[in-house]
Amino acid sequence: MKNRLKVLRAERDWTQAQLADALEVSRQTVNAIETGKFDPSLSLAFKIARLFGLTIEAVFQDDVLS
Amino acid sequence: MNPPNTTPGNWTDRLKKNTIRLGYWTLAWVITLALAAFGPKFIWDYATLPGVLALLLNLAAGMGWIFANKKNLSDLDDLQRKIQLEATALSLSVAVVAGLSYELLEDIHLISFQPQISHLVILIAATYAIGLFTGNRRYQ
Repeated sequence: MKNRLKVLRAERDWTQAQLADALEVSRQTVNAIETGKFDPSLSLAFKIARLFGLTIEAVFQDDVLS
Repeated sequence: MNPPNTTPGNWTDRLKKNTIRLGYWTLAWVITLALAAFGPKFIWDYATLPGVLALLLNLAAGMGWIFANKKNLSDLDDLQRKIQLEATALSLSVAVVAGLSYELLEDIHLISFQPQISHLVILIAATYAIGLFTGNRRYQ
């Protein structure tokens, strides 16, 4: 699964640590999602989308469809 | 741009508290286990009542440790839980396979000594630690 987390975070000038704090996850988790090493659960994906004020589809894209 | 709306440290503080609580329960369990194991020989000369009480105390501390561990796991984030799950699965699988083979070694007279549960516990701890290490490395 691809995602735009790094771009969205950079647009807002947030650090990985700030984003991790807001999502209540570790910085390691934010980094793993950004680098595509780890796909978040649905609840975390919703939380991420809500934080950026976007839909899940605007943040995450299926590898097969994209 | 402003940082995301958050109360910094809440989650990390909770994790820290959970880890400390888990550490205390682990210590309590180890101490009560030592008491139940060595008390009969060195303190109460194999009397029944203190032995039973020490065992019950050890079981109670063990239950406390289990609940503290459960609480700790439930407060971890998705990735941390995945790393824990993979490490636990590795140590459990190795324990079952190696434990039964180890037991067989004595049954078929390939070793002359009685297999010790402590050897299995050391193996479980070692494989769990390796699992955590490799899991953390993989998702760095």
